Amino acid sequence: MTTAGNAEPYLTIRPRSGWAALNLLEVWQFRDLLFSLAGRDLKLRYRQTALGAAWVILQPLMAAGIFSFVFGSVAKLPSHGVPRFLFTYAGLLAWNAFSSTLGRASTCLVGSSQLVSKVYFPRLVLPLSTLVSTFIDIAVAFAMMLVLMALYRQPLHWVILLLPVWMGLICCLAMGAGLYASALMVSYRDVGYIVPVLTQFLLYASPVAYALADVPAHLQSVYVLNPLCSLLEAFRGSILGMDFPAIGSLVYAAIVSILAFVIGAFAFRKMERRFADVI
Amino acid sequence: MSSKESSGDLAVSVRGVSKSYTIARNRTSHVTLTEAMLHRLRRPFAREPQDTFWALNDVNFDIQKGDVVGIIGRNGAGKSTLLKILSRITEPTAGQIDLFGRVGSLLEVGTGFHPELTGRENVYLNGQILGMRKKEIDREFDAIVEFSGVEAFLETPVKRFSSGMAVRLAFAVAAHLNPEILVVDEVLAVGDLQFQRRCLGKLDEVSRQGRTVIFVSHDMRTLRNLCPRGVYLRDGCVAAVGPMEDLIRAYTSEQEHDGTRLPVASGPVMIRRFDVRQSDERRAVIDGSDPFEVTVDFELIHDVNLFRLGIYLKTALGDTIARSFTTDWRPELEDLAAGHYRATLSVPGCLLMPGVYRLGLHASRYGIDTYIRDADVQCEITVMPPASYNTAHPAEHVDAAVLLRDGWNVKRRNPDDTSGNTQRHQTTFPAIAAPAAGVG
Repeated sequence: MTTAGNAEPYLTIRPRSGWAALNLLEVWQFRDLLFSLAGRDLKLRYRQTALGAAWVILQPLMAAGIFSFVFGSVAKLPSHGVPRFLFTYAGLLAWNAFSSTLGRASTCLVGSSQLVSKVYFPRLVLPLSTLVSTFIDIAVAFAMMLVLMALYRQPLHWVILLLPVWMGLICCLAMGAGLYASALMVSYRDVGYIVPVLTQFLLYASPVAYALADVPAHLQSVYVLNPLCSLLEAFRGSILGMDFPAIGSLVYAAIVSILAFVIGAFAFRKMERRFADVI
Repeated sequence: MSSKESSGDLAVSVRGVSKSYTIARNRTSHVTLTEAMLHRLRRPFAREPQDTFWALNDVNFDIQKGDVVGIIGRNGAGKSTLLKILSRITEPTAGQIDLFGRVGSLLEVGTGFHPELTGRENVYLNGQILGMRKKEIDREFDAIVEFSGVEAFLETPVKRFSSGMAVRLAFAVAAHLNPEILVVDEVLAVGDLQFQRRCLGKLDEVSRQGRTVIFVSHDMRTLRNLCPRGVYLRDGCVAAVGPMEDLIRAYTSEQEHDGTRLPVASGPVMIRRFDVRQSDERRAVIDGSDPFEVTVDFELIHDVNLFRLGIYLKTALGDTIARSFTTDWRPELEDLAAGHYRATLSVPGCLLMPGVYRLGLHASRYGIDTYIRDADVQCEITVMPPASYNTAHPAEHVDAAVLLRDGWNVKRRNPDDTSGNTQRHQTTFPAIAAPAAGVG
């Protein structure tokens, strides 16, 4: 070896084993790429659509309309003192944050297989970049929420300041699951079929278009095992000034959500070294 | 490779690098879906038997700063795996690589190019994908655009670009990466002639700035011109390290064929041998002046009617140039009795442009069953220029496959003479341009 006189190597490549550090510093160094990928997704999303970005507003409005009709007019569930449409819209707003974070994050690796197999970059950049689109969707839908509340003359409460907390926890939970699912999907495309089915199931198993109080009492203790349940209720409570779920169930949901994110991120890092070989 | 006199500075040190893949062994073949599902039902959790395949096996070499190093070896020798490890896309199974400088890699031109985005948007996205910061791209943007020559189309979605334009823009971005170590896979086989030359020039310039280039190509001419030194990989191991000329000689004289392990059996057909011979020697490198023979030894387990066997001749990029079957001119060969056969096809000399070609074997019954597809059994040949062919401009990339023998007749002619007689005045002739595909 003729290494004499050489400085320390700039970089050493050797096999890793076991758990790896998240290395968020490196993700930060690639922040330009993260935002460019997000920008690309945004630019492409509504290309060649007649209504363009209007869909960001139309989609949740239409969904809320259908849910209000089915759960309010057909199933005749109560809306607990707030206008039915607002009740459903608020639930869907939080739900969409969860489902689009999960959906986008879980498919991002397989959808960018060409990038993964041909270029190096911290792989976490891909799922994290999907958050940008989701946040923009949420911001627009939230602005619409405020407009709706003005139309319905629904008063604002100071608890609305807690919204970012619930939103953050919901995204943590969804991102944790999404990271895990995306890494698994590299080897097992089955995950791509399971995630939408489970998401659909969760939509009905969580108090999105109905309230936890409408669930039969003996089932409620099972319901709150789903961390999304308390988070959705808390989210809606903060916007519309309704009752909050029990503090214990909120603490539980917060811990589960943060754990889900941490576990998901580390599992992703552990599995990522096989991505390029398998994808 | 420490013989470079100027400096003893290492750029890359590869120590004992190995990479293994597990591959599922030939699973029990199920003819029908039902059968496959039944098998799965009977043994739902049975793991498919797995083999370990060593793509790289204890690879060691050093590269000095400022070297331009070519990596040669046939398909499957581990070249791409090595580049992927060097560019951190995948990890080695064992060993260590020390890199003394920032690595930029270009394993494929235009990775991440999105057809719906405009040229400008793609320059930024692609640059960042290759590891540049936005500020760097801002700084280099004008140079990139000028290099690519597509100024007029910056605001046009790339899907409306010709393939040549897209490739030019993509390469221009990559050429302005400024890493200390540049890793380039076979990417120069694209674009038109003039652009090719500019790319080679750029790589040359990069190395003269004291940066290190690691380069993989199947094109021996490019390698010889660009890379003074090289690494020769064979079956995942370093076969030789040294001056490129020596490596190319070693590589071409090995007369190894590419890929397929014979015998291959399918249906009633068993292929025992499939190779290319010239002057009664098995060859991977063909002298372009002389004819060569494609030889297929096969066995039929039982009598077969409507049978045909033949080859597809394809360019390195996969375009079919010719297809020739045993029965093309001799329908009586369609009915063959069980037994051993040798089929030879004689291909005339001076037919192919110098370059790399693939021969794919095909065996089937007309319209009934295909036993061997040309992608399954292949061999690769490199055709060298015929003896008197003009090879003074080796960097020129020619996008053509068929060679026409010297049929040009060039004489002086008098422009005032309309009778067609040739006279003494010098006239300019239209340049004999190679048909460059995909030029914008």
